Amino acid sequence: MTILSVFDIGLAVLILGIGVWTIAAREAFAAVIGFVVYGLLLSIAWVRLSAVDVALTEAAIGGGMTGMLMLGAVARLRLAKGNDTRASLPVRLAAGVLCALVAAGLATAILSPPEAIPTLAPMVMENLAQSGLGNPVAGVLFVYRALDTLLEKVVLILALLGVWSLAPDSVWGGIPGLRLYAQRSSTLTFLAQLLPPLGIVVAIYMCWVGAKEPGGAFQGGTVLAAMWLLVMIAGLRSVPSIDQRWLRLLLVVGPVIFLAIGIAGMVLATAFLAYPAGYAKPLIVAVEFALTLSIGVALGLLAAGPPERVQRP
Amino acid sequence: MASFLFGAAGFVLAMVALGLFVILQRPAEVDHMMAAQLLGTGGVAILVLLAAATETPPIVDVALLLALFAAFAAVAFVRSASGSTSESRETASGG
Amino acid sequence: MKLAFDIFTVVLVTAGALFFLAGTVGLIRFPDSLTRLHALTKVDNLGLGLVVLGLLPQANGVFGALKLVSIWLLVQLSGAIVTQLIAGAVRQRGPQG
Repeated sequence: MTILSVFDIGLAVLILGIGVWTIAAREAFAAVIGFVVYGLLLSIAWVRLSAVDVALTEAAIGGGMTGMLMLGAVARLRLAKGNDTRASLPVRLAAGVLCALVAAGLATAILSPPEAIPTLAPMVMENLAQSGLGNPVAGVLFVYRALDTLLEKVVLILALLGVWSLAPDSVWGGIPGLRLYAQRSSTLTFLAQLLPPLGIVVAIYMCWVGAKEPGGAFQGGTVLAAMWLLVMIAGLRSVPSIDQRWLRLLLVVGPVIFLAIGIAGMVLATAFLAYPAGYAKPLIVAVEFALTLSIGVALGLLAAGPPERVQRP
Repeated sequence: MASFLFGAAGFVLAMVALGLFVILQRPAEVDHMMAAQLLGTGGVAILVLLAAATETPPIVDVALLLALFAAFAAVAFVRSASGSTSESRETASGG
Repeated sequence: MKLAFDIFTVVLVTAGALFFLAGTVGLIRFPDSLTRLHALTKVDNLGLGLVVLGLLPQANGVFGALKLVSIWLLVQLSGAIVTQLIAGAVRQRGPQG
């Protein structure tokens, strides 16, 4: 039993324990805290599984953004139901049964793999150098399965439209009801002045380094979204109304540029989303930067929620 | 050196686990909010030690994001905990 | 030279781990939220600082070492501010949270 396996077993037991605590928590707020802790610990597990890109995304999304989203949900739940935020027993039983089924399916798939595990990884590594990229994950995302990545970004915008559609007709195009920090706090103001410049540098770094090392547009975009939300929560910038032109432009610039390059590929290269020889890396980097902006705005608006009031004229 | 660093990472993990156990057992919400702070320091220590032990520099980037998002999560917790008592939003007026 | 660096790393990382132990003991033993917060933030941050200092010789060149130091600075600053925020919440809601 090496030190490493003790570490891994300890980590797995801890993660399971936090999971159990999250389910057994009496209050929704405590459960959300448990979920965020679970996400942050899971990123360490991904690192142990040598999936550093996934670890980055887990720390960003599972730790920060999902926690933010669910806290917003808990707040709305509290407004609607008061302090008793526990779901009813039939709902919890149904959720438990469905989760157990999914877990059983996953366990069967992992514990009884086919004789020869079908994998394209060797082929990916062989051909990666042609695209000029060094990170195989970026290669899969932007070269081999670029269509999936494009569609995912569109799905993100559709999700945002879904959230916006929850607004009543009278406030459509209004200001999202992001709950701000209740009192003017100099401490939070200081944090919101200190952290975002660092966060922007980290986001640009994440996006830039994603071509060679683990990283990429999604992680960078999430950092941007978190910094923007921090600035709005602290009250340093007001929450923009969703009919602003710059906001909608930023939202679509990523997928539009991606789509444009894809269509140009039909003319300049051989197929839709193919890159002309030698230009793959600069085009991919350009797409990644545009996507970082779009993802940042989209995730920030998702966490801000549907519009709740209109700009006073 | 590598096994020493793995052992150190395991020790810090045990400390984080113990800390989480103690924090989450208490009933008060404010105690639970400290979990973000605990992971922000302990988790970063674990990742930095793992990065040195496995000689994989990208893991340090994960530590960077963990530090950022633990701070962000803590702000979100504090906002939700204190925001439940006084919502300081202007009342809506359509059009 | 490498032996000296390795001894440096072992000593400092062990010291850092001991500080993490001290912080956790403080979390367990201290009587109320504010003192526990104190133990958690100050002691764990110092532990992280010692660990980072100890790992500097093992780092990936000057750039890697700078990255480690800047991560520690980030944790230090954000940790200090976040602690103030949590302490404010404790004061507002009373010790029973």
